[in-house]
Amino acid sequence: MRKEELTFWEQIYIPQIYEGLKVTARHFFKNMKGHIARLLGKPVKDDETVTIQYPEERRPLSPRLRSLHRLVKRADGTPRCVACMMCETICPARCIYIVAAEHPNPDIEKRPARFDIDLGKCVFCGYCVEACPEDAIRMDTGILEFAAYTRQDMIYTMERLLANEPMKITSQGQRL
Amino acid sequence: MPTLTIDGKEITVEKGTTIIQAAEKLGIEIPRYCYHPGLSIAGNCRMCLVEIEKSPKLQISCYTQAADGMVVHTTSEKVKAVRRAILEFLLINHPVDCPVCDQAGECWLQIYYMEHGLYNSRFMENKVRKHFKATPIGPWVNLDSERCILCSRCVRFTSEITKTYELALVNRGDHSEITIFPGKELNNKYSGNVVDICPVGALTDRDFRFQCRVWYLDKQESICPGCSRGCNIEIHYNVQRAHHAGGRRVLRLKPRFNPEVNKWWICDEGRYGYKFIDDKSRIQMPYLQEGEVLVETDWKVVLDKVASTLRSILTTYGTESIGVIASPQLTNEDLYLIRKLFVEDLRLPHVDFKVPVKEKGYEDDFLIKADKNPNTRGAEELGLGAKEGSLNVENMLEAAIAGRLKALYVFGHDLTNFFGEEKIKDIASRLELLVFQGSNLNPTGQYAHVILPSATYAEKDGTFTNFEGRVQRIYKAVEPLGESLPDWEIIVKLARFMGFSYPYQSAREIFKEIATVIPAFNGLSYKVIGNQGAKLATA
Repeated sequence: MRKEELTFWEQIYIPQIYEGLKVTARHFFKNMKGHIARLLGKPVKDDETVTIQYPEERRPLSPRLRSLHRLVKRADGTPRCVACMMCETICPARCIYIVAAEHPNPDIEKRPARFDIDLGKCVFCGYCVEACPEDAIRMDTGILEFAAYTRQDMIYTMERLLANEPMKITSQGQRL
Repeated sequence: MPTLTIDGKEITVEKGTTIIQAAEKLGIEIPRYCYHPGLSIAGNCRMCLVEIEKSPKLQISCYTQAADGMVVHTTSEKVKAVRRAILEFLLINHPVDCPVCDQAGECWLQIYYMEHGLYNSRFMENKVRKHFKATPIGPWVNLDSERCILCSRCVRFTSEITKTYELALVNRGDHSEITIFPGKELNNKYSGNVVDICPVGALTDRDFRFQCRVWYLDKQESICPGCSRGCNIEIHYNVQRAHHAGGRRVLRLKPRFNPEVNKWWICDEGRYGYKFIDDKSRIQMPYLQEGEVLVETDWKVVLDKVASTLRSILTTYGTESIGVIASPQLTNEDLYLIRKLFVEDLRLPHVDFKVPVKEKGYEDDFLIKADKNPNTRGAEELGLGAKEGSLNVENMLEAAIAGRLKALYVFGHDLTNFFGEEKIKDIASRLELLVFQGSNLNPTGQYAHVILPSATYAEKDGTFTNFEGRVQRIYKAVEPLGESLPDWEIIVKLARFMGFSYPYQSAREIFKEIATVIPAFNGLSYKVIGNQGAKLATA
């Protein structure tokens, strides 16, 4: 490809720098105007203030979003999980660790003695939810912030997973 | 000799052969539940129905004998439709509790269902509840009669193989169920086999219950070390997902078909005798006695200690002052190197392997032998027993008390069992060197001056010779635990410290030499032995 020859004005760059700064400055003032207007409760145009003021302000989450896992509980508060290991088997990241134990009720038979998810390894594919024959694991908590200071803290035990609640969704799909 | 055609392939079989057996010879597997080659034919499951030309109805292939000119179709649309219908019937009262069922993954109802593409049930009514749900009916077996498809294999097993008659089918219609005879327990010596032959999850293993899903297991062929029968087994182990079963690697043993040895069966003692492999008593490091306590150390230190002490005893007191107690638990390869180092190269006269037992082991006329060692015959053939003019184990210990024996090298045996703890403690204090080489720590090991950790049979390659002189192969399933090594490797290392250079890199190389040096093993090789074993030249 032939390289385009630069004219003299283009070669000295100064007009180009000026043009660039003009664009930046225009957006800066437009956004500032928008943010001030919003602060004062005035109407704001859509193309102004596209920045979301995280963490005070958050994007609406889709109800289909795969977020932090939770274990679904039975009426008595025990996990619905029967430790069939389907999720552990399907998990491509191998981040689920289940140890099975005897359930006192012979009609249930099996329960998880341990159910750990290592979120440091999880790839959020959602296969565990798909594979579960008991609808015992879901990824509908809407929790996206679970960074931790240690690797150990990234491992969610059965107690932590049972404590997670589903996200509350309005009819518009907005998270409350 | 009738010649028949099955699925377009022609085969000539012995008179009296059934269609299912003829098909098997052609490599065609006809689905079956009640048919088992080791049991009588019941013909009640109807799963093996096949289409025979010129026959108006489908016939059960397990009971119909092959006839000349017969043309059989095993996968025609008619056959498949009937199989689907039978599967649907079987599932009517079968709970779909696969998630909690240990059989899932090796369940023939599951497998055939998936093969025949039946995914959604048409059955709307309530399933009939039966009496036994997760009920132990013996020390090893759990019964869930709802999962039973009434094939009656287990009933026939207890009446034909063990002749103990614990199980029976009771009631009629959809209330039929397997039950245990009132007041009885399924506690015969072969009870675990009913779990293997049960095609579904009605009879499951209590020992394996919830330990691991079966699809996580890897398999390796081996030989049961429980007695001198040498039953062919498969070791099922899990090393990929270590959090299951508390980190135990070997999780169950299953019998492996060998028509010459154990057929399809194995006794419970052998089946559940694998626990020592991942037991807490496993020795994972070499130990050296310092003062009164055993201290962890490394191979170089212990081998140097053993070699230098043996050398100095040899020069001061001569070959008469060292005793070696080899073990019939070891493989032919291990024993051959013990023979090579101690008998041939060091010229020690006092080498034996027979430690007396307190009471004779249980024996029956089926599989279980009184001799609880897998390789007594091999040790005998290799000439490791006490000979004319040499001391046997009992005399060695007497000699040690009298001060004539200065060093004792014990392979795995617990001498305290027969001779008592006091005596062994006394002997240990009199000896200059007591070496214990074994996989698990026992009271004898605790008194040893040096402990060399060795691998179990599941962690090494080799061969056992059973009581009939059949040489059978064991394969390494899992890595030796910790720092432990196969016994032959320890001997090779020790020999190097003693100044002998043994060139062996694998058990196979040692066996090659055994086959040329020991007349009884002439003509044998790992290839000849295969996975079904081969008899000694002298047997």
